[in-house]
Amino acid sequence: MDWLNAIVQGTLLGGLYALFAAGLSLIFGVMRLVNIAHGDLIVLSAYVALSFSVSLGLNPLLALVLVVPTMALVGYALQRLILNRTMGEDILPPLLVTFGLSVILQNVLLMGYSADPQNLQAGAIETASVSLGPLAVGVMPVMVFVTAVVVIAALQWMFYRTALGRAFRATSDRQDVAQLMGLNRAHVFGLAMALSLAVTALAGVFLGIRTAFDPAAGGTRLIFGFEAVIIGGLGNLWGTLAGGVILGVAQTLGAKIDPGYQILAGHIAFLIILALRPRGLFPRIDA
Amino acid sequence: MSAILELQGVKKAFGAVVVADDQSWSLQPGEALGVLGPNGAGKTSMFNLVTGTLSTDAGTIRLDGQDITGWSAAKRCRAGIARSFQVPQPFAHMTVFENAYVAATQGAGLSGRAAEAHCLDVLDRTGLVAKSNVQAGGLTLLERKRLELSRALCAKPRVILLDEIAGGLTENECQSLIQTIRDVHATGVSIVWIEHVVHALLAVVSRLMVIDFGRKIAEGEPQAIMQSREVKEIYLGIEADA
Repeated sequence: MDWLNAIVQGTLLGGLYALFAAGLSLIFGVMRLVNIAHGDLIVLSAYVALSFSVSLGLNPLLALVLVVPTMALVGYALQRLILNRTMGEDILPPLLVTFGLSVILQNVLLMGYSADPQNLQAGAIETASVSLGPLAVGVMPVMVFVTAVVVIAALQWMFYRTALGRAFRATSDRQDVAQLMGLNRAHVFGLAMALSLAVTALAGVFLGIRTAFDPAAGGTRLIFGFEAVIIGGLGNLWGTLAGGVILGVAQTLGAKIDPGYQILAGHIAFLIILALRPRGLFPRIDA
Repeated sequence: MSAILELQGVKKAFGAVVVADDQSWSLQPGEALGVLGPNGAGKTSMFNLVTGTLSTDAGTIRLDGQDITGWSAAKRCRAGIARSFQVPQPFAHMTVFENAYVAATQGAGLSGRAAEAHCLDVLDRTGLVAKSNVQAGGLTLLERKRLELSRALCAKPRVILLDEIAGGLTENECQSLIQTIRDVHATGVSIVWIEHVVHALLAVVSRLMVIDFGRKIAEGEPQAIMQSREVKEIYLGIEADA
């Protein structure tokens, strides 16, 4: 029963990892940009939520109503003002610029909020749990997992059913030709980053409620996000959810053997999958 | 009548290779202009300059009297210039309908039902409507060429640039494509058409222009141009319908 419990908890944790990864996957899919600052942007979202909830006395979950649009705006501005200038044939400049951005973000957060670990206080819901047969599962983890499923489904729908999604896919296929179809690349990239950071805002707030965070917490989240994307297969959103779940389950099972093995077990699972299936478990069939 | 598209003294060179050498020509509204020239003469580069894929070194390009020389490719498309590629470049991972839809929403600025209706109308005219839900990567050559034309038309162009759209087709395929292009022309769209399949070109255009080494070397009535020394020199030893 303990093992079953670990698997259920790991699956729910996977929802959070899928939220870390979804924005990363979206950006890479649309513009082949590897966003090294993604983890720090997750942490930035948590701090933005902290500021809103402290200054306005809001529950951090309610603060999402403000944090999501704020981060979307930050994303659009970031892309239009900085990242678009680095986009071209060479993938190295955006990589270096987002790495620099990561360093800057960490230090700005350090100046503004100090290195003390912070936490988002969501109240009674944090400890609430429901009985699931013989198991007790937390309401928050279930909520995070459901959110992840909804976000992935919404992104999937957006990609395949809306004009914006088709613009994203056309750009991803043939950027130069897409521009000849009247597609404004700078704007479309801006919208992609806005969407990515809107999802990141959800991830950041859920992270802040789940654990303590500090300005240096981004790196690990970036790694978890990358691992979930790679395990699931690049360009496959449902695969990213599966990747998050596999990573989460590996971690909780590792922790079950010995609490010190939690992170290591996740990395080992990632490495095994990378060795056996270099393109991930569910690569996009037509890629 | 003022020109819909006008090039004045357009120059472009890549190092020592001159692809456009002081090119000046214009296209009247509703006109169909054919472009001939040997391989490497700068015909496709001329299209790249007009659509904004390449920037000019000198000269001006005007659309309906407005200077568009500094405009981005996307802005030129929205203003009414669309093209097809010699080697079809579909969005291979999207369906035929979605390919058309991108041009209709981004280029023509349509949305919702209006965009869908426009796409279906164009696909019907280009004979691709039955293939709407097929992935563009799986189309035959003729279908890909038709998709090139469909995408360009979905952007609601005032000027359409066709780059060797009849090349590589069988005689029957070519005839049906000519009919489609004639229908498009009849709706009032101005056409510039680069083509080696001369009989296809002559079935549509009312004026011919010959380009070599990036320079316009002849221009005029199709029959007169076909008999001219310049064309005979260029196509010497090459069958007109090769």
